[in-house]
Amino acid sequence: MAAAIETHELSKDFLTGFWRPRPYRALDRLTLSVEQGEVFGFLGPNGAGKSTTLKLLMQLLYPTSGSASILGRPVGDPAVKHRIGFLPENPYFYDHLTAEELLTYFARLFGLRGPEVTTRVARVLDDVGLGAERRLRLRQYSKGMAQRVGLAQALLNEPEVVFLDEPMSGLDPLGRRHVRQLMLRLRDRGCTVFFSSHILSDAEALCSRVGIVAQGRLVASGRLSEILAFELRGWEVVVANLGDTLRERLQSRARSLTPLAHDRYMIELPPDAPPEQFLQELGAGGAQIVSLNPLRETLEDYFVQSVSGAASRETGL
Amino acid sequence: MRTIALVAGAVFKESVRDRVPYSMVAFAVLLIAASYLISQLTAGQDLKIIKDLGLAAISWFGLAIAIFIGIGLVSKEVERRSVYALLSKPITRGQFILGKYAGLVFTLVVNLSAMTVAFAAVLAYVDAVTAAGVKAGWPAPALDPRLLVAVVLTIAELMIVTAIALFFSTFSSPLLAALLTFGLWVAGHFNQDFRNFEVVLDVAPAVWLGRALYFLLPNLASFNLRAEVVHGIDVPARAVLLSLAYAAVYISILLVASVAVFRRRDFK
Repeated sequence: MAAAIETHELSKDFLTGFWRPRPYRALDRLTLSVEQGEVFGFLGPNGAGKSTTLKLLMQLLYPTSGSASILGRPVGDPAVKHRIGFLPENPYFYDHLTAEELLTYFARLFGLRGPEVTTRVARVLDDVGLGAERRLRLRQYSKGMAQRVGLAQALLNEPEVVFLDEPMSGLDPLGRRHVRQLMLRLRDRGCTVFFSSHILSDAEALCSRVGIVAQGRLVASGRLSEILAFELRGWEVVVANLGDTLRERLQSRARSLTPLAHDRYMIELPPDAPPEQFLQELGAGGAQIVSLNPLRETLEDYFVQSVSGAASRETGL
Repeated sequence: MRTIALVAGAVFKESVRDRVPYSMVAFAVLLIAASYLISQLTAGQDLKIIKDLGLAAISWFGLAIAIFIGIGLVSKEVERRSVYALLSKPITRGQFILGKYAGLVFTLVVNLSAMTVAFAAVLAYVDAVTAAGVKAGWPAPALDPRLLVAVVLTIAELMIVTAIALFFSTFSSPLLAALLTFGLWVAGHFNQDFRNFEVVLDVAPAVWLGRALYFLLPNLASFNLRAEVVHGIDVPARAVLLSLAYAAVYISILLVASVAVFRRRDFK
């Protein structure tokens, strides 16, 4: 079975400067493979090359070098376009059309005809949670509503591979939850989801694999379970009523002691310090334990390490 | 072909809901209606003034619509990024350009038809209220069929202008595309002067440059038969057909160039 998405040494240079244009490398030799049925998170800070990659895959940009294929065929192949969906970043559509009209137009471009168009359009609009607003002109839409229309048009042809550029952008918490559920439904249906984001909690909740780009380069990729070391990095205890004497006694043994609101403290302990003994000591000293949590490496930690590592390699520091 | 028709349909739907072309048509209709009042101020020239002003209004406001919508067709889509979602659908960049052009031409024809109907209504009114003796002195009847020929040639001219606007909008900003299109429209009306440049300056390179510009720039003056039609002078069918054939060739070249430029374009 062919990979859903494959790129080989894919690079893109943009010319910058008016009088003496010089090439600026936005994407540098990206080699990546995404299997069918995967939810792949393409992560990176702003300007890392995420949207450039998606535009190259959609052939909105032509590569300077390298190649890319979707479902075993070169990008831009008309047959491939029937099998994919794409949500651009901050999508914008025609001011004077309604969501229904826009989707009807796009459905016909996919070759749908007659009552099938109406049924399909109504279903995807329901899926993304657009109600009566679907008959409003698109220029009256809020950013979140436009994002939902963007999602609806990406799912219109029941695609095998969906490319989503910052799908959570502009959505309120309810909208984000809705989109997360939608992406999981797509995964359950066997659809490959390739989405770019810099919101790591979304990636952690949804992805089977991630790739991290920084300054145009893929700095890490793999399964979340492989990337993140799940060993214990310490303990985090939140306490109230911590007296001065007790605080001074604990200060030397804790990795850090941070005052919080409402006279509470957050104490970070090293992994080798047994928390049971520590909790007993706190109780005996009259402190009230609010919470105790193990500290493990998160995707955010990994992301920060990868991205700052790439930045220091770039600057030579 | 179906894809091109779908894009054209969307352009038409989007354009007819835009208020700006409506207001331009409304202005033109007002001007045509006002031409009747203006004609009352001149003795014996009433009909000529109405015809002249009416045809000019159709041409000017048609030009404004062609440039206004034409430049927005592609450059605004790129600027606002609405083209991203569209081009990820099963549509080639060539189909996109041709569909946009067809949609705009259709919009233009509908708008110009509305203005022509208003023009015909004013002329019919003048014809109805004018005494037979006065009518006998007119060089041509009020509802002269040759007026339609003038309108058809205006549409052909505006189709060239639209193709120019579309061409520029495939690689430049809306404002620059509007300025370049308007500049070419003005130059296109003085194109004959380039052909006979030796009359002005008889220096070989200048004459060659003049000739080159004559062939390169659109010859829009040949589409202006307003003076002949207003004065009731016969317009040879051959000249009209030649102008239409010229328009077809010029538009085809511009569309091929637009597609070629747009196909290579990167959307940053």
